[in-house]
Amino acid sequence: MSNARKAFFAGVRAELPILLGVVPFGLIYGITALAAGIPPVLAQAMSWIVFAGSAQFVIAQLVAGGAPALIVVVTTFVVNLRHVLYSASVAPYVQPLAARWKRLLAYLLTDEAYAVVISRFREAPEGPGKRWFFLGAGLALWATWQASTAVGIFLGASVLASWPLDFALPLTFIALAVPAVRDGAAAAAAVTAGVVVIVAAGLPHRLDLLVAAGAGAAAGLAVEAMGIRPAPEPARGERAE
Amino acid sequence: MTLWLAVIVAGLLTYGQRLSFIALWGRLPMPSGMRRGLRFVPVTVLMALIVPDLFLREGALVISVGNERLLAGLSAALVAWRTRNVLVTIVAGMASLLLLKAV
Repeated sequence: MSNARKAFFAGVRAELPILLGVVPFGLIYGITALAAGIPPVLAQAMSWIVFAGSAQFVIAQLVAGGAPALIVVVTTFVVNLRHVLYSASVAPYVQPLAARWKRLLAYLLTDEAYAVVISRFREAPEGPGKRWFFLGAGLALWATWQASTAVGIFLGASVLASWPLDFALPLTFIALAVPAVRDGAAAAAAVTAGVVVIVAAGLPHRLDLLVAAGAGAAAGLAVEAMGIRPAPEPARGERAE
Repeated sequence: MTLWLAVIVAGLLTYGQRLSFIALWGRLPMPSGMRRGLRFVPVTVLMALIVPDLFLREGALVISVGNERLLAGLSAALVAWRTRNVLVTIVAGMASLLLLKAV
């Protein structure tokens, strides 16, 4: 097997456990979108045009509440602002790639692909086949998201809705977050983000998320500055292939 | 029709957000504090996504044994810490929730 193919399938495999949490989320999205009165074709089209689970849920809620188009656009933009952070976070690793690779990988930069890809990049910054790993993880998630939202739309409201399947996604995030707390600074960042997101819960447009992420990062930097542990910065100008 | 347009614009904006720094890295000056802060992004964003699901019930903070999702989430965190395995964590958390709901 070529190295590219090996890296691609390593990406798919790394993404597989995450998909367990994504499938129910996709099903519930499909059901919710239909219940909100969104036509089935548009509900499914959103899955590849917007391709962001939480934003799609918010859009469905807004449409159900009769919100105007401009509010839908602005809210999606704010809810998705964390992707700018993801973009900045993976940017140094994908820098050597050709522009068309960057354009493709950027489309696949979701919460779930980001979490898998960034932990791999940090563990092995010099590892080969980074773009293929990213592509494998991203496409595995993309295909699963399209299929599960389609099944949700097809099923419509059903017995599934009475199961607490929506809990699978926070569980996935818990499984990803816990190993990321590697030192005191990361723990401070995590706890601060958790407390601030509760305090800021009333903010409109899910701004609480950004405020919490910002406060958490600031706390992490502060603890780091106190000398508990220096930050391993991603190496720059390394190979990415 | 308006909704289609809104979705397309929202999709383009989302794509722009994802492409932003990937496309512009090195061409835009980035303060070193921000660059160092980026290492905390995964864990802080994940916490901001998890915590409301566990601690908030219809917008109100609920810290009690009656909050099944909080208990199930904490047990899942324990399992995640011990096993470092996503699959086992999801199954354990889901089983805890169903069990807590049943009692």
